[in-house]
Amino acid sequence: MIQCRPSIVLVAFAALWAPRLSVAASAADAPPTQQTLRIGSKLSTDSVILAEIATQLSRGNGVPAEHLRQLGGTEILFKALLSRQIDLYPEYTGTITQQLLHDPRIVTEPQIRAALAQRGIAMSQPLGFSNNYAIGMRRTEADRLGLSAISNLVNHPELRLGFSNEFMARHDGWPLLRDRYALPQTDVRGLDHDLAYRALAAGSIDATDLYSADAEIAYYDLRVLDDDLQIFPQYRAVYLCRADLPERWPALPGALARLPGKFDQAAMVAMSRRAKLQQVPEAIVAADFLKSTLGIRGQAQVSGFWAMIGQRTLEHLYLVSLSLTAAIILAVPLGILAARWTGAGRIIVAIVAVIYTIPSLALLAFMVPLLGIGVWPAMVALFLYSLLPIVRNTHTGLRAIAPPIRESAEVLGLPAWTRLWRVELPLASASILAGIQTSAVINVGTATLGALIGAGGYGEPIVTGIRLDSKALILAGAVPAALMALLVQGLFEFLERFLVPRGLRSKPGLA
Amino acid sequence: MFSLVAIHKSYGPVRAVGPVDLEIAKARTTVLLGPSGCGKSTLLRLMTGLTSPDSGEVRFEGVRVQPDRWPSLRRHLGYVIQEGGLFPHLTAWSNVTLMARHLGWSGPDVDRRVEELGQLTRLDRPTLLRYPAELSGGQRQRVSLMRALMLDPAVLLLDEPLGALDPMTRFDLQTDLAQIFRSLGKTVVLVTHDLSEAGFLGDLIVLMKEGRVVQTGTLEQFVHHPAEPFVRKFINAQRSPLEAVAPVA
Repeated sequence: MIQCRPSIVLVAFAALWAPRLSVAASAADAPPTQQTLRIGSKLSTDSVILAEIATQLSRGNGVPAEHLRQLGGTEILFKALLSRQIDLYPEYTGTITQQLLHDPRIVTEPQIRAALAQRGIAMSQPLGFSNNYAIGMRRTEADRLGLSAISNLVNHPELRLGFSNEFMARHDGWPLLRDRYALPQTDVRGLDHDLAYRALAAGSIDATDLYSADAEIAYYDLRVLDDDLQIFPQYRAVYLCRADLPERWPALPGALARLPGKFDQAAMVAMSRRAKLQQVPEAIVAADFLKSTLGIRGQAQVSGFWAMIGQRTLEHLYLVSLSLTAAIILAVPLGILAARWTGAGRIIVAIVAVIYTIPSLALLAFMVPLLGIGVWPAMVALFLYSLLPIVRNTHTGLRAIAPPIRESAEVLGLPAWTRLWRVELPLASASILAGIQTSAVINVGTATLGALIGAGGYGEPIVTGIRLDSKALILAGAVPAALMALLVQGLFEFLERFLVPRGLRSKPGLA
Repeated sequence: MFSLVAIHKSYGPVRAVGPVDLEIAKARTTVLLGPSGCGKSTLLRLMTGLTSPDSGEVRFEGVRVQPDRWPSLRRHLGYVIQEGGLFPHLTAWSNVTLMARHLGWSGPDVDRRVEELGQLTRLDRPTLLRYPAELSGGQRQRVSLMRALMLDPAVLLLDEPLGALDPMTRFDLQTDLAQIFRSLGKTVVLVTHDLSEAGFLGDLIVLMKEGRVVQTGTLEQFVHHPAEPFVRKFINAQRSPLEAVAPVA
């Protein structure tokens, strides 16, 4: 799947944040201070390749550039561009009109440019290839029936069609296709996009929807039928960038101007295919492209496997330890407050519980307009997630102390603070520690999602592995993450020996 | 020492105590006696400030106790409850000395006082280094008594201190308690439902029923001059099993 299909959750939350976009943009009008060009890419292979090409081209022209890889979906990238978290990223014109501008009157290229310019964004010339919705068939089958365009399908009502679920549901998907071309087929089913390719190859369906730059087209030897009525929106590849890019890096426009028109459909499909099916690192695919097309020696930076794991481990530890420490510092006092005042307690526990129920991807999407991309929004999201188990266990640990014990401490004459410190917290320590342990283990797992907004960590290889369908890469992130979770678990069991008073661990006996 | 004046206390619609007027005599052992739910424990809680009356006054040495006075007043109270109320995360020694150390007592002062109380309650030093879970029920109550006596309080309040013990342990501890009360000469208020315990330990017995005081006096007065039929019924309810056995010739 090449073109990014943002999850429903992300879209829903992006809609919630829509009014904030202008705020984020105006708040970001302060003069930029960073001097490294930051280039973003979506969680799709063609986006990563295009961004990598721009990155290496910039470096080759003396502009220090950083590639923030696979930052998740369209919404995150566009918001990051609006708020100057990144300076440039590859996009499709269809996505700009359909998802970002939300204005049906904006159709032509000059209209798009004008609308983007109002937001301080510039758009490059089309790069040369497009990634439209298209209909594909097995080449042999298409040849046998003599099919080359979608309108030819009218004469073959017996063909079995299998479309991705999203295509079935979108009003500009199957319903539009059926009505405009008056298609007679009755055997039409919805299925997963990746499964659709396999079903097509296996002959259990005859045609499916695809994107015209999908690497699978060549792999499965498919024929792409012409959209001869031109009903699908145009998804032409372009770069979006901050409008002030030329002022900040005068060398850049000239360098990037060499790219438009250099990508033809076949070249792009071949590059996607090399990255996705042959698992050649995108940096090398990009470097080869620059060399063969522009005669430039690209600067591919590909680190070794163990160096990569080491780097990801450090990033992951940083995310987990800092967010967890901050959560402990806030959540334990909150739990104490909640235990002391029943009314406030209900409200506090309810609030942290609601935060906890926000899907992690959605919470990350929340953070981008507020904090941009990178480590900090991920840190804040992890911090918020870690609150609930600690608050709740502190609260229940304190409430579980038997009334006679609490009252004994009171009648003994100890002041409230001393009772809390010397009696109640030690008695609740096992519960509090268990809450922190739960938070830590969940935190290690959730931190992998940070990769979607550029926070690095073990999620980076996992996300790349999912995108490239590489089990080895997925395991390279998932196995260390699982090991870290186990280590954290063990660490807390070890800590329990020192932090939980011995009297609470010894067995009752000697009656 | 303590006086309760026209006290009423309800928990929701249920009347726990009231109206009650009661004078706790100085340097004597007063036993609050009665069946479960008669309000005897509530009276003791009123004397610790854990419960406040709906109406009426709690007076200490003639002065009404305002809510803000309880924290300082509690240093003059020693409190022992049924299961001891010991802090399970602290050793017996730490339980006993917690408050003294909080008040900044010196190490030698603490040690001297623990030594005295250990002799009084017959607990040796190794036992004091154990955690409550590692002690027997009787030992726990002795530790609890040491903790209550640590600051040498004016009043000792005990809520069914022997209620959870087996009969043998209970007997031993009753004997020791009687001796301790006599040697210290403190004002003691003890709650129990056991008539023989009340007779054995109490200088004065306050018999209660449904939140009111039925009769105040000695066990002898209860037997010979019961104030109402309930008194006789309560006494008869606690018959000795030995009555059914033929006396040994």
